[in-house]
Amino acid sequence: MIQHIVLYPILIQVFIAILLLFCWSRVHWQKVISVVGSFLSLGIAIILFITTWNEGTLTVQAGGWDAPFGISFVSDTFAATLILLTAISGLAVSVFSVGTILPARLKFGYLPIFHFLLLGLNGAFLTGDIFNLYVWFEVIIISSFVLITIGGEKAQLEGALKYFTLNIFASMIFLTAVAVLYGITGSLNMADLSIKVAAIENRGLVEVSAVLFLIGFGIKSALFPLYFWLPASYHTPPPAVSAIFGGLLTKVGVYAIIRVFTLIFVGDVFLENIILTLAGFTLVSGALGALVQNNIVKIFSYLIICHIGYMILGLGLVSELAIAGAVFYLIHDIIVKTNLFMVSGLIYRIKGTFSMRDLGGLYAKYPLLSLLMAIPFFSLVGIPPLSGFWPKLALITESFKMSNYWLIAAVLFATFITFYLIAKIWSEVFWKEGKVLPKLYNFRYFDKLKLEKKVQIVAPIIFLAFVSLFIGFGAEYIQQLALRVANELTNNQHYVQSVLGEQMIAN
Amino acid sequence: MKTIILKTASNYLLPLLMLFSFFILLRGHYLPGGGFVGGLIAAIAFVLHAFANGLENTKHLIRIHPGFLMPVGLALAFTSGLAPIFYAGLPFMTGIWFPEPLSVIGMVGSALFFDIGVYLVVIGVSLTIIFTITESA
Repeated sequence: MIQHIVLYPILIQVFIAILLLFCWSRVHWQKVISVVGSFLSLGIAIILFITTWNEGTLTVQAGGWDAPFGISFVSDTFAATLILLTAISGLAVSVFSVGTILPARLKFGYLPIFHFLLLGLNGAFLTGDIFNLYVWFEVIIISSFVLITIGGEKAQLEGALKYFTLNIFASMIFLTAVAVLYGITGSLNMADLSIKVAAIENRGLVEVSAVLFLIGFGIKSALFPLYFWLPASYHTPPPAVSAIFGGLLTKVGVYAIIRVFTLIFVGDVFLENIILTLAGFTLVSGALGALVQNNIVKIFSYLIICHIGYMILGLGLVSELAIAGAVFYLIHDIIVKTNLFMVSGLIYRIKGTFSMRDLGGLYAKYPLLSLLMAIPFFSLVGIPPLSGFWPKLALITESFKMSNYWLIAAVLFATFITFYLIAKIWSEVFWKEGKVLPKLYNFRYFDKLKLEKKVQIVAPIIFLAFVSLFIGFGAEYIQQLALRVANELTNNQHYVQSVLGEQMIAN
Repeated sequence: MKTIILKTASNYLLPLLMLFSFFILLRGHYLPGGGFVGGLIAAIAFVLHAFANGLENTKHLIRIHPGFLMPVGLALAFTSGLAPIFYAGLPFMTGIWFPEPLSVIGMVGSALFFDIGVYLVVIGVSLTIIFTITESA
């Protein structure tokens, strides 16, 4: 049964997490299991991706209960791609965590919770049931609460409080939206909903539910008026945690928005205009927020918000090419944002501070490492041929076709500010004459670390930099992939058929 | 709360409550009950014992750290979900059943093992939380 492979990315994470729980007090074993397990899950993700690519959409009905009554797990090209990206980032962050997370945090179950988080992400990408999606979001936020508070520093708890409050609120709104949707259609299966929602007479109620979904997912993916929790909390946990949060947590919100608004709520001009407006404001306000920061992690946090705008913009433009642009940007962004936060962790390890004013002289001291760190920086800006360039090109072309010049202005503004910020970081952190900073007490600087630790910190950055370079130079393949995803998303009958089977459609 | 009535009663209540929690666990497949509620009742049994006899005595009674029940329960539930994949090539979590009912317990299938897993996880989690809070208070 080839379909069983759909569930394997989820099952392997449960398996790793259980093994890690058994080794609760043996931190050394935990490290080994986590890294080996991440390699295994990368292997499974690659197999799932190749199978999905060759065979088309795969579906498994958990428990053997047929859709729309059981819970379906669906791997279309979009889901399989995100599973692959999760596995890549997961592997990198797992190695990086082993190198950087303090033993005190590891002893309190950092690694098991980290794998529960990956479990939630994989589940959210694969599920074909809207309530099950809610459950996976709960798995994600509960794990992320633990990761963000573990260690119990004052700043961490303050950040966690904001993060916690707004995310719980988002979950409640999401749940309300599910309830409304269930009330009007009597179904929770997304493929089934796709058919039923289109036939509902009461469009007002459908719109209410759609807007509730948009708000719930909007908070989670840090859209324009709802993003304040993100820059308030992402700089507080250790860099490894920020890396997985920055790379994947907001993206799962974006994934949910794209999935729901291409499958269930389709062809509503009012909503499309709202989404476009939100995207424009997200681009501008995220960029403006980043401008005034001095802490490099805070700059990256605001840049996450800013760049969410690109993906939502692609969704709002509706055309196939624009959605392909959004998907391409999503692929590029997951890898680059994960890498940026790990780079900031490396900078912290070298100098002991995140403040741009105090940093400096990195290029003189570590020329090779600086060049390595340049790759994610310049990929983020999208200097051609690096990875950020191609999706922006697609988005701008499509906005021109719609003759929506405000959006083009917003995209260019955000790109320009990103460029300015990266140039500023480059000159301040790398080229500026380095100050002599007061030595931190009880802090292991990078040059004092053992070779093993150094490798654990630098190897994941190199790995993700290579992936970024591949996305940039192999843009042809990625564009092909993004086009196929966009094609599947815009022609959703294929997804519906694969979940419900042929005869269900006929009835 | 070191009253002699509670102390004496708790010694008898512990096995009774445990038995009741098993009953609720087994009842849960078709009727209200199941692993979650059963686990909570079992946890209450130990909490009551700890109230009457002190935390140290209860810990001595349980012997293992309650946190250890979490991975054990998870592993049991996980294996019961995997069983249909390897045993019959059916999707994850499909219920597979022994053909004949056993005496007292009734029909036995993979769902029962899943529920026992939940039962253990719930006991583990609630006791770990309560013991930790009691210790630090």
